[in-house]
Order: sequence, then C-alpha cells, then structure tokens
Amino acid sequence: MNELHEQTSMQRVLQALQHREADRVPFFLLVTMHGARELGLSIQDYFSRAEHVVEGQLRMRAKYRHDCLCPFFYASIEVEAWGGEVIYVEDGPPNSGQPIISRAEEIMYLEPPDVKTTPCLKKVLSATQQLKAQVGDEVPIIGVVMSPFSLPVMQMGFERYLELMLERPELFERLMQINEEFCVAWANAQLKAGATAICYFDPVSSSTIIPREHYLRTGFEVAKRTIARINGPTATHFASGRCGPILADVGLTGTAVVGVSAEENLASRKSVCRGKVSLLGNLNGIAMRRWTPKQAEQEVKNALAQAGAGGGFILSDNHGEIPFQVPEDVLMSLSEAVHTWGRYPLHWIQNER
Amino acid sequence: MRGMGISHKVNTMGECLMPTRQDTANDELLIQRFEAALLNLDRLAAADLLSQEIKQEPMQVVERIIVPALESIGRAWEDGRLALSQIYMGGRICEELVDSLFPAAKEAHRQQPKMALAVLDDYHLLGKRMVYATIRSGGYALDDYGRMEAAALAQRAGEAGVEVLFISALMLASALRVRQVRNELERMGCHVKIMVGGAPFRLDERLWQEVGADAMGRNASDALPQISKWIGAQP
Repeated sequence: MNELHEQTSMQRVLQALQHREADRVPFFLLVTMHGARELGLSIQDYFSRAEHVVEGQLRMRAKYRHDCLCPFFYASIEVEAWGGEVIYVEDGPPNSGQPIISRAEEIMYLEPPDVKTTPCLKKVLSATQQLKAQVGDEVPIIGVVMSPFSLPVMQMGFERYLELMLERPELFERLMQINEEFCVAWANAQLKAGATAICYFDPVSSSTIIPREHYLRTGFEVAKRTIARINGPTATHFASGRCGPILADVGLTGTAVVGVSAEENLASRKSVCRGKVSLLGNLNGIAMRRWTPKQAEQEVKNALAQAGAGGGFILSDNHGEIPFQVPEDVLMSLSEAVHTWGRYPLHWIQNER
Repeated sequence: MRGMGISHKVNTMGECLMPTRQDTANDELLIQRFEAALLNLDRLAAADLLSQEIKQEPMQVVERIIVPALESIGRAWEDGRLALSQIYMGGRICEELVDSLFPAAKEAHRQQPKMALAVLDDYHLLGKRMVYATIRSGGYALDDYGRMEAAALAQRAGEAGVEVLFISALMLASALRVRQVRNELERMGCHVKIMVGGAPFRLDERLWQEVGADAMGRNASDALPQISKWIGAQP
C-alpha cells in the first residue's frame, strides 16, 4: 500500500491484520499505568474511577501517537471480581492477594461473578464506553480478558493449579467450565461496551510454562471453545512467555494475532505464520527501563526489520503492559522511531543489510 | 560464612573415589534415564533408578545423579526445550525421593551456611517453591520464609544469622525492592550473600547487579552450583 494520505489507526490496524502493508506499521503502546503519572495521581487513585483511565488513555495516545486505546485496568481485576484481594503498590500494577480457592474441592461450589453488576468490572465497561464515545471507529479499543486456563494462577496459586491440572482432571475440567462462562461473558460485555477486539491473555499456555503436548490437551481446547463464543476478533498474548513450539496450533484456535516473547526471534515466528496469523511484539518491556532513546530507536528498527515486511505485524512490547518505570523519553523515542522507520515500504531494511 | 568445601571424589571414610571412564559412561546413562523418568512424571521409575544406588553414600548419589539431572532440565528450560511445569514436577519428585530414600542426605551438609529463601511482595510463590525443592534435592537445609516485604525480610534474615538468602520475584516492582533488602542488611551490619531469580532478572540481565544481589539464577537449578561456589570460596 502506498497511499499518500495518512490512514486512521483503525484502517492501519485492519490492513495489517489482512497481511497487507498499510501506510506504516501499527504501533500498540500499552501504557496502562503511565496515565496516572500524567494526571498526577497515585496508581490506586488512578484506577479508582473510569474517568481517570479514559483521560489517561487519551492523553497517552495524544502524546505518543500510537494506534490503540486500552481500557485495561490491571490483571488482578478479574480475581477482584471473584471476591479476591488486590494489593496496590506505588510503582507497579496492583497484584492479586491471597488466592480465593484454598482447597481444590471448593471448585465444586465456585460461582462466577456477574459481569454487569460487579463494581470493578463496571468501571472497565464504563471506561470502554467513554473511550468509544470519544474516538468512534477511528481507533481500535482493546479489551482484555484472562483466559479461563490462566485465571486459576490468581484464583488458587500457581503451584496448586499445576497440581490440579496434572493430578485432579475432573476438578480441572469443572474449573474450566466455570471460567469459560465467565470469560465469554466478560469478553462479550467489553465488546458490547465498544471494544473493537479482545486480548486473550494466556500465559499458562505458553511453551515457557507447559509443554506443547500438554497445551494441546488443555489450553488449546479451552481457547478453541472460548474464542469461538467471543463475538469479535481476538489477539492471544502469552505475557512474555514463548510461543514458538505452539505457534501453528494457536492459529487454529481462531485467534487473529499472537503476542511474541522478547526471548524469541520475530523473523522465525513470522516465517511460520506469514499470511495466516499476525504477530504482536516483541520489545523487551523490562529492559526498556534502562534503554537510551538511541537504543530504543535501534530496537524498533530491529523489530521492524524482522517482522514488518508484508504486513501482519503490530509493533508492541512483549508483555502487554509497559512497566511504570519506563521513562517518557524512551516511550517518545519508540514512537518517533516507528513513525520514521515504520513507514511502508520498508526499503531502508535492504540498504542496511 | 562457615561452610566447607564439598568433595565429589572422597567418601566419608576419606577413600579416593576417582571415577573411571566406565563409571562416567554409566553415570551419564543413569542421569539420562533418571531425567527421562522425571520428565515423564514417573516417580516409580525414578525411585527404582535411585534404589539401585542406595548402598552408596547418599550425597554421592545426590551429586552424581540428582543434581546433574536437575541442572540438565534447567538448561533445557532456558533453551526453550522444556517447560516450567516439567521443571517444577521434576524438582518436587527429586525432593520427595531425597527425603524418602536418602534421609541421611538431609544432614549431609551440616557444615553448610545458614540459608533461607523468600518471595518479595507477591503471592506468586511457584518460583520460590521450585528453588526450595531444588536446594533440598541437593541435600541442603534451608528455611522457607514464604512471602515477605523487603524490610521485614531483611530484619528476619539478619536476626537469624542467615548467610545465603535466595529471593524470588515475578514483578519488576518487587525485583527492584531487593535493593531495599540489601541496604537494610548492610545497615544492620549483616554480610549476606543474596541470590535472586525470576522473570524480571531473566529479561534484564543487569538488574541483579543494580539491586545489589551477588548472583542471579536463570533457573532453579542454578542455585546448586552457586552454593557450592560460595562454600568452596570460604577459607
């Protein structure tokens, strides 16, 4: 695509997802907490009202010119909805507290929360509605769900969950049924509120956590069932986990986009899914904290050179959430780099080889 | 630190146990079979393999078979060839086997430094659990402090006279608080070796030094050679 006019973010992203080159590579800067600093609020205060998140998201996009809005609050909001504790810290995302399931047998009596009446989820839906009212169809709004398969890490703790998966198959299946109902309802409520697509966070399915054969028996089947019932496009994200061994399988779950870890080579992943599934990634959000602006530019160029050609790629971080500690000059440099070097066609790549 | 060196070549009677080439080949085969049993979650096969060696010095079996198998599994995870669930279950099986087949191994390192481990500010306890299982499988004793905040951890470790402290962190904000643990220990005049591990440290290889740690583990089994190194470095 070589149109002279600048596309809207929505047009740019849709074209990329059709595996075609848009005016430039789309850029998802998932700054979920930096809006608090922009508004002069603590992270806890920031997430206390939907209006703060709306204002924070709009200001971040005005500043960094990225191609999405993300009314995601924090991952532990889902376990908060189930009655769990959320622990705030001053310099990072709120974390989940004591697991809500202390004994596996409690799964038999577990009831999912109502997404329409649970206060913390209503805030997210309100933020989504407000953002949609502001940007209409010009900017994709990305809703977020934890996958039914990964939510149990917060519901019952990782160790107990691994043991449940491996040793208590009947209770595992029961938990998946309950979580799938919640996940589908939560995703569809966000789509109804104005989200364009849903990011399906599924770190436990990553090959960093479980082997492929285990994934095919568990997380893969859960994802297929769940994504089929979500009324909109999905992107599957492994939150820094590796996806290489399962990349072709993930494409069969019905998802449109896959997040790539910073520990993986984008070019080799692109070669597996070119024309089939788009890639999102894979700037190292943790290391980004100490990058210089010059290094940030070089990292962007590296990612574009590996995966930008031919569309099917959205530049983003590898985790789905930029750490609060990443300085603004680095974020600005990322933005400037993708606006400079991400413009199609990417002829400069040939010149640098 | 009051530890002592660990010899792989001398038994408790002081007899030289230099391995022959045949011994080494047999060991490699045994390690491979033991590793396969762990990855298949086959407790019985793993126990059978160790039972064949039960007449040996417990620590010899731990160091000849269990530790190399765990280290191999850890390297395979780093390379992306294995998954964390496999390392976790392998570590748990080894821990159970050492406890049941070789109770003497639990006391084998009675000259070891006083060690403890904790997870900072977080209910994600799996990493800590894996390190605990690995270190116990290596025949060492250590205190599990569970989930702690930085100041309380430093206070507890300092008062207990801990010499080696393992800290697991999943979130970047938690990883950065290791600096607070280090500063507080120094303020108390405690010279503690700190080894850190967890995703933020793997994704930013300079982070462990920035927060004042002495070592960083890329996987749970990295703890074992580091302990040996620290023990061996003592006068």
